[in-house]
Amino acid sequence: MISSNLPALQVVLPLLGAVLTALVRRGQIAWFIALVVSWTMPMIAFALLKQVLAEGVVSYALGGWAPPLGIEYRVDLVSAYILILVSLMGALVVSYAPRSVASEIAPERQAWFYTMYLLCMCGLLGIAITGDAFNAFVFLEVSSLSTYVLIALGRDRRAILSAYQYLIVGTIGATFYVLGVGLLYVMTGSLNLADIAGRIGDIDNIRPLLAALAFITVGISLKVALFPVHLWLPNAYAFAPSVVTAFLASTATKVAIYLLLRYLFSIFGVVFVFRDLPVTEILITLSVAAMIIASVVAVFQANVKRMLAYSSVAQIGYITLGIALATQTGLTGGIVHIFNHAVMKAALFMAIGCVVFRTGAVKIEDIAGIGRHMPLTMGAFVIAGLALIGVPGTVGFVSKYYLVAAALEKGWWWLAAIIVISSLIAVVYVGRVIEVAWFRDPGAAIRAAREPPLEMLVFTWILTAAIVVLGFDTELTAGIAGRAAEVLLTGMK
Amino acid sequence: MSAETLIVVALLVPIVGAGLIALTGRNPNLRETMTIATSLVLFATVMGLLAAVLSGATPRTASVEIFAGVELGFSVEPLGMIFAVVASGLWIVNSIYSIGYMRGHNEPRQTSFYVCFAIAIAGAIGVAFAGNLFTLFLFYEILTLSTYPLVAHKADAKAISGGRIYLLMLLGTSMGLLLPAIVWTGIVAGTLDFMPGGILAGKLGGTALGLLLALYIFGIGKAAVMPMHYWLPAAMVAPTPVSALLHAVAVVKAGVFTVLKVVVYVFGIDLLAETGASEWLVFVAAFSLLMASIVALTRDNLKARLAYSTVSQLAYVVLGAALATQAAIIGSGMQIVMHATGKITLFFCAGAIMVATHKTEISDMAGIGRRMPVTMFAFLVGSLSIIGLPPLGGTWSKWWLGIGAVDAGHEWVVAVLMTSSLLNVAYLLPIVAPKAKPGERIAVTEAPKACLIPLCITAALCIVLFFGAGQVETLLAQLATTAPADIAATLPKGMPDGL
Repeated sequence: MISSNLPALQVVLPLLGAVLTALVRRGQIAWFIALVVSWTMPMIAFALLKQVLAEGVVSYALGGWAPPLGIEYRVDLVSAYILILVSLMGALVVSYAPRSVASEIAPERQAWFYTMYLLCMCGLLGIAITGDAFNAFVFLEVSSLSTYVLIALGRDRRAILSAYQYLIVGTIGATFYVLGVGLLYVMTGSLNLADIAGRIGDIDNIRPLLAALAFITVGISLKVALFPVHLWLPNAYAFAPSVVTAFLASTATKVAIYLLLRYLFSIFGVVFVFRDLPVTEILITLSVAAMIIASVVAVFQANVKRMLAYSSVAQIGYITLGIALATQTGLTGGIVHIFNHAVMKAALFMAIGCVVFRTGAVKIEDIAGIGRHMPLTMGAFVIAGLALIGVPGTVGFVSKYYLVAAALEKGWWWLAAIIVISSLIAVVYVGRVIEVAWFRDPGAAIRAAREPPLEMLVFTWILTAAIVVLGFDTELTAGIAGRAAEVLLTGMK
Repeated sequence: MSAETLIVVALLVPIVGAGLIALTGRNPNLRETMTIATSLVLFATVMGLLAAVLSGATPRTASVEIFAGVELGFSVEPLGMIFAVVASGLWIVNSIYSIGYMRGHNEPRQTSFYVCFAIAIAGAIGVAFAGNLFTLFLFYEILTLSTYPLVAHKADAKAISGGRIYLLMLLGTSMGLLLPAIVWTGIVAGTLDFMPGGILAGKLGGTALGLLLALYIFGIGKAAVMPMHYWLPAAMVAPTPVSALLHAVAVVKAGVFTVLKVVVYVFGIDLLAETGASEWLVFVAAFSLLMASIVALTRDNLKARLAYSTVSQLAYVVLGAALATQAAIIGSGMQIVMHATGKITLFFCAGAIMVATHKTEISDMAGIGRRMPVTMFAFLVGSLSIIGLPPLGGTWSKWWLGIGAVDAGHEWVVAVLMTSSLLNVAYLLPIVAPKAKPGERIAVTEAPKACLIPLCITAALCIVLFFGAGQVETLLAQLATTAPADIAATLPKGMPDGL
């Protein structure tokens, strides 16, 4: 009974949890509900992965209505991988969250915070699990709307403005997406993704297909924060509550990338997208621009969270670069970096969350000397920062190795050079924080700081440990990413 | 213990030691005991492997696959054995010296100093025992990262900017050039393992080989081949024990060791000799060798002069690798040992002078020989070994390199070696010589015993190594290209077999 309904539970439980938290109105209890739901999610996700590995694609007809008419939930290796990532990150962030949330969000709003978090979780998991184009749109909106609220909860007044900025961009993105889906529907008469993929080859008139591809790609790219439509991201990350930043940075953009993968590879098809159209050229240009320009901009940020946000834009460039290469090695690198970047960015934002919790400081200048007073917290920051650079022994190295190898396999020397140059810029922006935090003399505010509460430290370090462990044991990450890449490259087509 | 266990223990000992040092940080005496105990245990462990390697075996651990084609694995071959013995042996002496220096100089944050030091040694041992390029790269970076806090230790503006240059140049070269070189090797050869005779034969053409070699040589920034040498003088802001062990032994030797390892086990010297892919490097290394010596002449700061001297001496090792003959490779391996002992002595002396007189500039050191006779005698011994005069260890490395150069048909290199020795005389000996003003009475003020004893030990080692070089030769003679057995017969004789 339960095992056959796992796909539905994956989405329905957080939705129910959201309703419950809205009803209880008490921050503490709401947190507890969110915690229980959040830890159930990865269990379901792992159970689904197991089913996929054992039996192949899991298809679930929602409400008993058979696809393509009914909504189909469809779990293959790629979606299982994303489900695990999102649910695991959610569980870790929520476990870390209570005191940070209590310190940054007014008491009467804390329960709402958990409501919105669970809704967001529901939306993100929904996007990853659904096999229906319009249903994906609904979940996209569920996650986006709740995200706007989550960002606006930041205590800085600019948080509201950032949320508004994101709302506009997000709405445009969602509209573009739904326009594209509309075009697909007109041409194929179906909203079921697998069904669309099956029928798309029969279309003679290629022009509406191109329009659909353009609308959908641009629409999703806005959510991915692909350069140059990334401008909403730095402000949103910088001014949202620490917990929200850690959660969004490790999940929201990643799910959007998943959707992009789905459309480019499974729906429109590798041959159409990458051989007949110059998508590789366009996407590589944008990725390279992101990797270099956003990294350079990150170097000049005064706010640590903003700096990490620009670094995220650059790192998303690595992921899209892997996708653009559309080879086994490249795609594996891109997909594995989805996971790896999520882990390292969550660790970084959690470490900064600890600093904010103790000192309220987010400016680099204001955290001078903090390494000597919060050595464990900043130790985690250093290790995660090294992963960002791609030092061997961390997850960052695994991704980078695949990407450089993919570039060299194609004989693209210049691309390998750009990848390493981007890493070197990361040395500068990570090094800048480390230098200030460890080798400057602390001011009075920092001298009073001590390590954060135990649970914040423990969960920051669980992720930090994961950075190192997954840098050596890549069975779950690179192993599955490699097989997912195989799935995508053969495609449903 | 089996050899495999010993390898793992050797890697773990300094890490565990670092933990113990951190835990006992509150009690300086206990903490220093930990450092010395760790260094002794490590040395004993490394020596435990020596017998097996001397008998021609190559102990190795099982490899663990990380991801497609990238493995973590260790093996101990002669070059690595030599490097590990040098690094772990000198760490003992250096630890004693550190105590005297750090206390005598009232340095802050000594616990983190000793912790980082132990981690750096773990990095060096990992580099020495690496069984493939990935493992080597991993520990190479650990070595870079763990020594960065040591360079910036003083945390003043100069130390921070020195640390910046250090980190950016070492990470920049390794991530920017070495990593692509490794990935390229992996794609072309299908393996990253170190194999006798190399893994690239028949896989790449001459020009591509030369290019790949260039990526390696300049990517291995720790080898300090000009123009990638600039981090080394910048790193001299570190406390002297760091300059002594790390920037004369562990870090820079890890660099040239990596160069040798790549030349011998990735390219294979036969392949390089056939294709001439390393011809260009002979000239680059010779240039680096002479140029750095000339720059050393112009430096008045003692540590800066020694740093440029190190750049020059490292180029000897690279030169030997570039010549790609058996004798030259033996010379390079010898140079790793001989220069390490000589240069650590010189740095110990520089530090002793700083502790005793607070002087750093050579022009202020008039009459230093009369003020610190023991120290300056050790300095003289170290200098003569660097110059390459008998009866000191440095003689042999230059001897073998000369033979190697003639074998390779580059007779002019012998002239370069001789010129360089003359330059060494010119920049090292005047430091010992400066005269006191006539009639001035100078009291003898030596540095604390903890500083003085280590520098006497290493100076004595320079002499011992002249007579004991046979052991090193036996080890290096195993560095056969393809057929290990024939080597002994083809090697020119001319070295005493032990004392």
